[in-house]
Amino acid sequence: MKILVPFFAVIALVLLAVIGTAANLHFLFGAVIPYAALFIFIFGVIYRVLKWAKSPVPFCIPTTCGQQKSLPWIKQNKLENPSGTLHVIGRMALEVLTFRSLFRNIKGELRDGSKFVYGSDKWLWLGGIAFHYAFLIVLLRHIRLFAEPTPAYLYILEAFDGFLQIGIPRLFATGVVLLAAAAFLFLRRIYVPQVRYISLAADYFPLFLIMGIAATGIIMRYFFKTDIVGVKELAMGLVGFNPVIPKSVGSIFYVHLLLVSALFAYFPFSKLMHMGGVFLSPTRNMVANSREFRHVNPWNYPVKVHTYEEYEEDFREKMKMAEIPVEKE
Amino acid sequence: MYNGGKILIGIIVFLLFAAFPFYNNIGKVSAKPEPKLNTPVIQQLAEKKCVEPKDFMKAEHMQMLNDWRDSAIREGKRTYINSEGKPFYISLQNTCMNCHSNKKEFCDKCHTYAAVKPYCWTCHIEPKEKRS
Ligand code: HEC
Ligand code: HEC
Ligand code: HEC
Repeated sequence: MKILVPFFAVIALVLLAVIGTAANLHFLFGAVIPYAALFIFIFGVIYRVLKWAKSPVPFCIPTTCGQQKSLPWIKQNKLENPSGTLHVIGRMALEVLTFRSLFRNIKGELRDGSKFVYGSDKWLWLGGIAFHYAFLIVLLRHIRLFAEPTPAYLYILEAFDGFLQIGIPRLFATGVVLLAAAAFLFLRRIYVPQVRYISLAADYFPLFLIMGIAATGIIMRYFFKTDIVGVKELAMGLVGFNPVIPKSVGSIFYVHLLLVSALFAYFPFSKLMHMGGVFLSPTRNMVANSREFRHVNPWNYPVKVHTYEEYEEDFREKMKMAEIPVEKE
Repeated sequence: MYNGGKILIGIIVFLLFAAFPFYNNIGKVSAKPEPKLNTPVIQQLAEKKCVEPKDFMKAEHMQMLNDWRDSAIREGKRTYINSEGKPFYISLQNTCMNCHSNKKEFCDKCHTYAAVKPYCWTCHIEPKEKRS
């Protein structure tokens, strides 16, 4: 169920786009829905981030695994246990750009029936990093459809991406890597029993969506081609707020576009918000200086306290009588 | 809101990325390319037709060139019969570029627009054109 429902949801989106174009609803699918999706995406993301920013961080909770700043002759591990903003920036940069904490992923398993051993498990990291960077490059390559004249750096990107020179149109390596990595991440969820157990529909849906997007993109580029010049005309119309619907663009493009729109619109409501969330995770972005400074819980309110001095003031005579030592005679 | 300054910077960076196509496009007019067909060879044609129908050529010409290349170089077949049964000699330079001898005004018009740079011309010779 957790797999089939999201799978059929994506299939339904595909069919919807096919039926929509057959019913001549090109303007709806080529302009109205993409605009709406982008609107939801941008404002949804900002809304979620603002909501996070409103919740206080009650404790100083950076997770560390290195020597904290201490006596001068004890070497501090600045990345694992940051004591200044610069260290935190370095730590965050490595986290965001290289998924460093995922790299440390370990797996425990039983060997020979009784020995429990831990081993490094880099597959998830490898799949994740391949997936994210391929997605980034694919996304950047699409700028060619949204910018006229196309910035020169895109030609460099295309030259590297297509350097294998397989076939015409040249095979772009990142498209294949994207699909393969997404498929790997999906298979991992199915084949590893523990991961399968904790996987929800909300984990499968984005994977199916992204696989669908990559697959339709690859199909459109190499197999059922459509008029790319027309596609760019449509895209330029959208960014110029002057939508045009060229007739020569085939329905495969609208399927691709609807899946992308669905991804954008779904983004702010889903786990994909880790794009913004990674920057806001207190276990990574806080300075580990809990011994230097007192971290005050921002939602603390003034509490009425009754100090020991006041207590003694109230009961001094009685305490003396009971021979309890007092501080002030 | 906590850490308001940093949050604001983050949101601005996000907007800069997300809205790039929109503000990048302000004040620019982009016309879709009109590949020119006014070469001497095409003007002498009785029927102004490409190897295959126009819509097919638009989307599939790269695929066709790939098939032509394979058929000429790997299979040694240098004749292509189109969907109307008309034969064409398979050659990038001597067939395509004979009719479309205005590469800069034809192929390049679309390719610049779509940001593709076919690498064919590192080996194949471009038709001689007056520099425009
Ligand atoms: C209607 C516009 C148009 C015209 C005219 C045109 N092309 Fe293209 N061509 C394209 C588009 C768009 C692509 C890119 C398709 C893609 O990226 O999926 C392309 C891609 C190619 C490619 C593959 C490039 C690569 O590295 O992937 C070759 C080769 C090519 N065209 C050759 C030619 C030749 C030769 C001519 C002139 C005889 C020509 N084209 C005329 C639009 C056009
Ligand atoms: C016999 C001359 C001739 C040959 C050979 C020829 N073309 Fe064409 N081509 C034309 C004509 C004429 C048109 C315009 C067709 C029309 O308007 O219906 C055209 C149109 C095109 C278009 C679509 C342009 C547009 O405005 O959308 C492309 C792309 C193209 N040709 C590429 C090629 C390629 C690639 C080859 C080699 C495989 C080739 N042509 C060979 C005459 C030729
Ligand atoms: C490394 C150099 C090189 C590159 C790059 C190259 N070709 Fe060729 N091509 C050749 C050679 C050599 C032949 C063989 C010529 C012959 O035997 O007539 C050939 C033959 C062909 C032929 C069939 C015969 C003919 O005369 O045209 C086609 C079609 C062709 N190439 C298309 C392309 C296309 C399209 C591209 C770009 C995507 C391309 N080639 C890139 C070297 C190259």
